[in-house]
Order: sequence, then C-alpha cells, then structure tokens
Amino acid sequence: MSTNTIVSLPDQSTARIPKTNFITKENGLLSWLLTGDHKRIAILYLISITFFFFIGGALAGLIRLELLTPQSDLMATDTYNKVFTMHGVVMIFLFLVPSVPATLGNFLIPIMLGAKDLALPKINLLSWYLYVVGGILVLYTMISGGVDTGWTFTTPLSTHYVNTNVMSTGLAVFIAGFSSIFTGLNFIVTIHKMRCPGMTWFRMPLFVWAHYAASILMVLGTPVLAIAIVLVALERTVGIGVFDPTKGGDPLLFQHLFWFYSHPAVYIMILPGMGVISEVISTFSRKRVFGYTAVAFSSVAIAVFGFFVWAHHMFIMGISNYAMLVFSLLTMLVAVPSAIKIFNWTFTLYKGSITFETPMLYAFGFMGLFTIGGLTGVFLGTSGTDIHLTETYFIVAHFHFVMVGGMLMAFLAGIHFWWPKITGRMYPEKISQLAAVVTFIGFNFTFFPQFILGTLGMPRRYAAYPPEFQVLNVFSTAGATILGVGYLLPVLYLTWSLKYGEIAGNNPWQATGLEWQIQSPPLTENFTTIPIMDHEAYDYEWLENQTLTNQNLENQKAKEVASVG
Amino acid sequence: MSDSTATVNGAPEAHGIPHGHEEHPAYLRHHFASVEQQADTTNFAMWLFLLTEIMFFGGLFTAYLIYRNWYYPAFVAASHQLNIFWGTANTGVLISSSFTMAMGVWCAETRRKSGLVLCLVLTFVLGLVFLGIKTIEYSEKVEKHHVPGFHYSVQAFTNPASDPETYKEYKDKPMPLDMARHTELYFFLYFAMTGMHALHMIIGIAILGFMIFRARAGAYTTGHVTFVENFGLYWHFVDIVWIFLFPLLYLISRHQ
Amino acid sequence: MDHISPTIWQFLVKWMTNFALFPPEASKIAPQMDALYFFITLVSLIGLTIVILLVTTFSLLYNKARHPKAIQIEGSTLLEATWTIIPLGLFLVMFVWGSLIYFRVFTPPANAMNIYVVGKQWMWKAEHPGGQHEINSLHIPVGRPVQLTLISQDVFHSFSIPAFRVKREAIPGRYTTVWFEATTPGTYHLFCTQYCGTNHSAMIGDIVVLTPEDYKKWLNESTSGNSLAQNGERLFASLSCNACHNARPDARGPSLANVYGAKLPLASGGTVIADDAYLREAILNPSQHVTQGYAPIMPTYQGQVSEEGVIALVEFIKNLDSDYRIQQTTNTTDLLPEGEGKATTGEKPAGQAQPKPVSKGMVKQ
Repeated sequence: MSTNTIVSLPDQSTARIPKTNFITKENGLLSWLLTGDHKRIAILYLISITFFFFIGGALAGLIRLELLTPQSDLMATDTYNKVFTMHGVVMIFLFLVPSVPATLGNFLIPIMLGAKDLALPKINLLSWYLYVVGGILVLYTMISGGVDTGWTFTTPLSTHYVNTNVMSTGLAVFIAGFSSIFTGLNFIVTIHKMRCPGMTWFRMPLFVWAHYAASILMVLGTPVLAIAIVLVALERTVGIGVFDPTKGGDPLLFQHLFWFYSHPAVYIMILPGMGVISEVISTFSRKRVFGYTAVAFSSVAIAVFGFFVWAHHMFIMGISNYAMLVFSLLTMLVAVPSAIKIFNWTFTLYKGSITFETPMLYAFGFMGLFTIGGLTGVFLGTSGTDIHLTETYFIVAHFHFVMVGGMLMAFLAGIHFWWPKITGRMYPEKISQLAAVVTFIGFNFTFFPQFILGTLGMPRRYAAYPPEFQVLNVFSTAGATILGVGYLLPVLYLTWSLKYGEIAGNNPWQATGLEWQIQSPPLTENFTTIPIMDHEAYDYEWLENQTLTNQNLENQKAKEVASVG
Repeated sequence: MSDSTATVNGAPEAHGIPHGHEEHPAYLRHHFASVEQQADTTNFAMWLFLLTEIMFFGGLFTAYLIYRNWYYPAFVAASHQLNIFWGTANTGVLISSSFTMAMGVWCAETRRKSGLVLCLVLTFVLGLVFLGIKTIEYSEKVEKHHVPGFHYSVQAFTNPASDPETYKEYKDKPMPLDMARHTELYFFLYFAMTGMHALHMIIGIAILGFMIFRARAGAYTTGHVTFVENFGLYWHFVDIVWIFLFPLLYLISRHQ
Repeated sequence: MDHISPTIWQFLVKWMTNFALFPPEASKIAPQMDALYFFITLVSLIGLTIVILLVTTFSLLYNKARHPKAIQIEGSTLLEATWTIIPLGLFLVMFVWGSLIYFRVFTPPANAMNIYVVGKQWMWKAEHPGGQHEINSLHIPVGRPVQLTLISQDVFHSFSIPAFRVKREAIPGRYTTVWFEATTPGTYHLFCTQYCGTNHSAMIGDIVVLTPEDYKKWLNESTSGNSLAQNGERLFASLSCNACHNARPDARGPSLANVYGAKLPLASGGTVIADDAYLREAILNPSQHVTQGYAPIMPTYQGQVSEEGVIALVEFIKNLDSDYRIQQTTNTTDLLPEGEGKATTGEKPAGQAQPKPVSKGMVKQ
C-alpha cells in the first residue's frame, strides 16, 4: 500500500459485502417503490437525477453546437429558445436543487445524527414521487413542443406573448417545488428532534449544518415561487391583469416574487455542496475543519442574508436608486461568509497530512472554481459594473462557475467519497482521478471564454451573434466536448464498480463520523443500538483510540484462539 | 443537549410481535425512541409546514398590499360589493369550528371517544356551512359579472345607481373609467385569496371525514392523539388566515 | 483613473481592445466603469492567487509522505477576523464606488437632449424630437449628453450599448431613462439583452456617433417634415384634448402651457413634479392624477393612443410655453411657422424643416 493514500481496505481474498444490508433486506420492485428507508429513497433519487442530468446535458450540447457559428443555422431560432429554456428548467429544478440534499443528504443525515431514519419517512417517499411527477411533466413539455420563455418565466412574455407550454412547465416546477419543501422540512425536523444522546448542535458534522441552512431556504423560499407560478397561470388563462400594465398591474411584481425565491435557490443549491467539501477536506488532510464554529455559522449567515438580496437581479429594471443601495450592500455582506469558508478550508490543510484521492481532487477543483465564480459575483453585486455585465455571457459564466464548477464538483466529490459506504465497493481510483482532471480542464475551456464574451457585450440567450464573437464561442464548445467526456466517465466506471469494485469495509478512508463506524452498505435500521456521541466532530484522536482499541481487541481474540488451540 | 431519551431498542423487526412493554405501543414508528419523541417530532413538523403555508399566502398578501396602496378608491368601491352579512357569518362559523376542533382535541386527549366523534362531526358540518356560504357569495359575483376575465363589467362602479342594493347602502359616486378598471384587480385578489383559502378548507374537510371514520373505530382515544392535535393546528391556521382575509377584503373603509 | 499615467492607460486600453478582451470605450462613463472593473479584477486576481498559493503550498508541504502526522488545530479567532474584515472592507469599497457610477449613469444632466426609444418585438424605434424616426439604429452627436427615454410596447426588452457601458430595461407601462455622452465618432453595437421571444437575437442595431456637422446633415436628411411636437399637436387636436385643455377661464381642464417640470398640487393632496412619467400617466390613468381644483372627468385614453402617440403628446406638452399655441390647434388650416420664439427644454436640433400645412381632413373629432 502506497504511503500516499489513506485508503485502508480489508483483505480482498476474505472480505465480503455483509449479507444483511439495506439493499438485500427486501427484494422486488414494490419494496423499493413503497419503501420508507431513507437510504433506498436516496438511491431512487440518485437514479432519477442522473437521468435528468443527462437530458439537461444533451440540451447543453445542442446549445453549444448551435453557437459554433454566428448564424442561427443549426436549428430554428424558436427551437433554440426552447432548448435553452428546457436546459435551465431541467438543470435547476430537476438536478441542482435536489442533487446533494436528496441523494447524499437523505442517505447520510440520519446516520450522521445517530438516528434510524429521517423524522418523516412517508413524507420522504412522497417527496420523491412529487419529484418524479414533476420530471414526467417536464418530459411531457419537451415532447409536446417545449416552452420558450427562458427558465425565468418573465412576464408579460410568459403570460401573453408565447403560445408554448407554459402551463405544463409551471405545473412541473410547482410540483417539484413541493418535493423540495418536504425534503427541507424533513431535514429540519430530523436535525432538531432526532439527534442521538450526546449529539449536541456543535458536535454535528458540518455536512449537517450546511443542509440545515439549505433546508431553511427550501422551506421558506419555495412557497413564494409556488404562488408566483400560480399567478402566472391565472394571468395566462383567465387574464386577470395582475402583471398587465394596461389593467393596472405591474410586471415588476412578478420579478420581485420570482427572485425572492430564485436567489435563495442558488444558496439551496450550493450550501449542501459546501457541506460535502467540509467532510472531504477534513478526511483527506486528517484534520478537524479549521474554525468549525465559523464554518457552521457562516452557513446559517448565508441562508439568512440570502433572503435579502434578491433585487440584485433587477438593478437595471427600474428599481429606485435607494433600493439599489440596500440590495447592493446586502449582496456584499452575503459574499463574506463564502469567503470565510474558503479560507477555513484552506487552513484545514495547514499542518495536515494530505492525500489526493479522487474526492480530494474534486474538492480542490471546487475551491478554485467556486472562488472564481464567487468573485465574479462581486462584479455583479457592484451596481456600477453590473450595468455593463448584466444580461450578458458574464452572467452565464458566473453562474456556471458556481453551479457547475462549484456545486457539480462537490456533488461528484461526495458521490465518490460515500460510494464505498452506499455500495460497499470502491470505485477505481486511477480512472476516476483522470476523470476529475478531464472535467476540470474541460470546464475551464468551456466557461472561462464566456467571461470575456460577456465583457465584450455578447448578450445571453442569443441564437445568432456578431461574427467577432465566434472564436471564443468555438473555444467554449470545444471545452464542452471535453467536459462531456469528464461527466460520462463516472457513470461508466461507477456502474462497473458495482460488480467489480474492491470490497470497501466499514471505513476505507479512516474517517471520523458515525457513518464510517457502521457496515458498508448499512443495515436498514442503520444502527443495532443507538450510539451515544461522546466526542467532538472530526475527532481524529478519538479515532486513533478507537483503532487502537479495535486492534487490541483483535489481538486479544487472536491470543485467545491461539491459547485454546 | 439531547432531545431523545436514552431508550435502547433491540432490533425491531416485524410489527406484529407483541411486546408487552407500555413504551412500545403499536403506533410507535420504529425509528423513534419513544412516544414522546414521536409526538414532539410530528408536532414540530406541522408547525414548520404551517410556516411554509404562511410564505405561500404571503405572496398574495404582498400583491394585495401593493395594489391596494396604488388603487385605493377602486378597492373601496369594489369592497362595497361584498356582502358583509355573509362575511361576518362565515367568520362566526369558522371561529366556532375552531372551538369545536379544540374541544375535539381535548376529547382525544382525555379519551372521550363519543365526545371526539361529536366534535369532529360538528367541525365538519361547520366547514361545509362555510363553503356553502362561500358558494352563495361566489354565485352573486358571477351574476353581477364581477369575475375577472369572464366578461368582467365595471358598470357597477362607473354608474353606481345601476346597482340599487349597494347604492342604497353606500351611495358611492360614479368612478372614472380608468380607476374603475382597477376594480378587476381587487376581484382577482378576492377570488385568488378566498379561493386558495377555500381549497385549504376543502382539503381540511376531506381529512376530517377520514378522521371521523377512524375516531369511531377508536384510533385516537387510546393515547395516540398526535394526528388529531396536528390536524387541529392546521385547522386553526386556516381559521387565522380567514381572520386576516375578512377585514382586508370586506372591511375596507366601510364608513365612507 | 486620474492616478494612472495616461500613457499606460492608453496602452492598456489599446492592448485590451486589440486582443478583443474589451469593447471600445466610446462614452464618458466607459473609462470610469472600466477603472472599477480593473480594480475588481485586480482584487479578484490577488484573492485567487492567495488561495491557490496557499492550497498548493500546503499540499506540497503537508502531503502524507512528507507530513505523516496531522496536527489538530481548533481555529484562530485572529485569522477569522482578518479574513472577514479585509474582504468585507474591499467589498464595501467596491460597493461605494459602484454605487457612485450607478447614480451617475441613471441621473441625466439637465442639459441632456432627449430621444425617445420604443422597444417592441423585435425592433427598436427611436424618435428624435425633430421628428426623425429610426428603426434599429440611433444617430447621435459626439460630445453632447444624450438622454434616452425608453418604453416597451409589449414585453421586457433591454437597450444595451456595450461600447458606452450602458444598459437599461425597456418596460411596458412605464418610462425608464438612461443617459450617456459619446466621445468618439463611429458605429457601435446595439443589442437587446432581455430575452423577448423568437427574434430576440435579431433585435440588434447600430449606434452611429457623428461629428456635430455630420449630425446636422443627418438631421436635415432624415426629417419627416414634422417635429415630434408637431405630431403631438396634431394628435392633441384630433383627440379633442383642447376641448378641456384650453386657456379659457371656464375651461374644464388645467391649461398645459409651461406645465412640464412644474410642481402641481394634486386633488388627492400632495404635490407632484410634472415630468414625462407624470404626463404619460395623466393621459392613461387620469383619475389618479387630477390637479387640485378640477373635477375628475378626464376620460382615459388607454387603448386609444399608441406609445408613439403618447410620446408625441408628451413632447408637445413639453414644448408648450403659451396658450396661444393651444388656441392655434383648433385652427387647422395653417399652423404657425417655426422659429416663433418657442423656448424648449434642451437644444432643438438645427435645420428643422418648415411644417407642412395640415390638411382639412385631419381635424379633431
């Protein structure tokens, strides 16, 4: 075993996946479709969001192909408008919002807290079914001609000026939104009420803190999106005039209602990813996270401040100068907690013992790309520069850096990190490290040129553009091809590993955290006896004693066997 | 700080095995350590859900606030079209139903089965009465062409004398056409807010129906009261929303 | 920006423009905004470099082979305070600087010449006060502050001139304004940047900045014969506005002479400055904007007059400085020749052609 890895696997010739685990507990499709087990629901989610991710990715591919040439020549402009709209809707509502919470959060939060399940298992299952219904409605929309309003449903365009499937898309988002609300509700209740004895708030892993903050946003923000969609539906069908200036309504009201959710939504998307990064960086530097309290509170601070910055999406829409001052100032304030996290993670590396397995590579990628993405957010929160940069490709690049370079990298880090726990098997290390590097390179090639395009003034949502922008667009499309390969590889080798991966054992990463003290894959009830938490989070000294104790026990047993024999 | 008692469970396999312990009633889900934890948890979950409902209605209240501020005369005149008798009646009906619901919760907690069933039935009936009154009010609006988007008419505002009942009571002055057009916004908000409220009432009544059946079978009077308690919370919430809607929609400047 | 040597600045700008990282700087505000942009870029680069350096250094110094035993460190309040306060301080500097620029972009100077722009799916229509109409282009003189009054006829659009670093949403139902002063003659991109439907990417055009002489020439060539105010005058008559808004003592409506920019007492209490937005609202939603002392009897013209029509009326009212003018609109056989001592807000474009006599057919009612 190389000294540059912390992986510690059991002897492969004798190791077996434990016979009784949550996967083998019951067989048959119904036992999965009617399960209350949070781990099974997590896997149901994983399969569905992967499916929708690739649909959204295919749509992205179509966008980049069209943008190879300045003319709108690959597809009709109407079609292009539908493609980018569906890309946004699918990626945001069917992939990014549920990705980490509904898969990793669902799987891990009860275990990390020492509980046997989430507080409301039936609501958890309902949440998945709502997601599936939302997803089916989106598929229906795509098949029946798509919708071309942009994922932002701007009125009056969406209420009076398009004749595409606004209603079915709105319904899909409405239903998927309730899926999100129920997931967040479940998490908050579980974290408040189902921690095991000894598990104080400040002994919880930072992964849980991050999900707590994201859940607050899910629970409080999503209903406002729901009502905004209801209003658009009513305006579109009945023609009530709530957003129609000729009837006294105000189209800007929709903007306020929409962004009141959609800004916190971006924190819903990123906070769980930040939770993953805390866990990964800690494990692969063998150190507690630097400044645990600061990281925990910064998650909550992002959630709270995140509710008060929505109008920074509306700086040039005719809001008053004074409103601009308030929202720009608050935007600067919300940027600070993210910076705090980045520095805390950096200093977690200080005097650690660092190894570079795949999750750590993705985590490093996250740190670099999220820093860039976050800093470009400052360009946009500064109202003076926002005037020039808003509604251009600068915005597109900014949010792809934080969402794809940040969130998606964190998701992949988490999937690889907890893959042995979920499946009992290790993924193949070399090819996964290659995939991480390929993804990083592809990502930068795809999205960095878009910052330049935006500064040059290229508007977003353009099917055709002036010829001088072509070179950068070609670069971007080339990068997207590489990026696609980087995303395809994990699907292939992770599937392969289900059958041929090495047996992982309980704790292949030598990590702290309750999830690593139980078998892989876990039992349905997670714990045979409810644990008592008697040490801090990321307590590597406790882990050492644990290992020593186990070692002593084994030596003891070996001695007894020897003495008897 | 721990919220769970340190009861250690053995491996809880099938439900059907009789336990004999008091702390293992059949309704205790096996991911909870105790009945107290289960009750506490589901109660907290319901409060949180009601918070999301507040945010949901909040969007409509925001729209109301803004448009009432912009088009006050139109809102006043349009609100005169609402029948304050029915509105007050409905308020009384709902408050009474909240009372009967609270009594029902008490009956469940003190294991009075027949009392519980009676209270639930009363609440159910009162809920239906509310919806009945709402139907009367809505049909009045339909007759007068005050439903936005469906041949909406501003006649009653540009020419108040054409609506003798309301004119007798309020003696409104004729309103210029551009302000009269904004009454449509008021009615949209009226239908959206009371309609959303009525939808929640319908859901509540349906659950009440289910509960009456289960209560007669004794499901809630053997110690497992959380369902009734949590539903009570929901019902009280729906009542409180109405208590806000009533003055905002019916009582805009009645003395003018 | 004054602290950087002009030579370096020119070199930087030229280099950036030639390498196509930057649109040309063609307005007065552009270099100011670019200075802020550079500052934020610099701070970002430094921040990113610090993070990358630290991560790389720590990874090299403390990898497992070299540093097998990790040292558990709780944290450091001093460090937390440092990396909270320094970023916050920098962000606040950007906030203040950016807000100043924002205020500058959206506060037009008093002597700005006004051009109306109506956005509709999928074209931009510019209306010059002298009556010149343009579609998908805008001719402006160099060195003069130009204010745009924007409105949309249908959905949200956004009027964007990257070379000037300005952008403003065109909203249905309300005027928005932006101003700029072009510094270099040339042709620059005009984009619609708010997604507005099928041909959003075709809603593009040219901003043509001309020297003052070329601009005069262009004005002369492109005039339709009537100024915007004259069109408004005609509309004023044909819609019978002068039935109430005349200078007679028993008039049912207030006289509109010199009303633009005046402080009006409202019947509902309070006062309001009669600007473009007020005038538009008063035409479309009159009952909320009744002047004190008058009855709320003005009918609404919502649906009867287009946005261009409203613009023409507003422009007419803006230029009205005598009741004599209003009286004249009832007389349809001949309008007064131009140059009759009419004071206007902002400079009138020179070379306005003689008005054509109104034909008898275009009479009120």
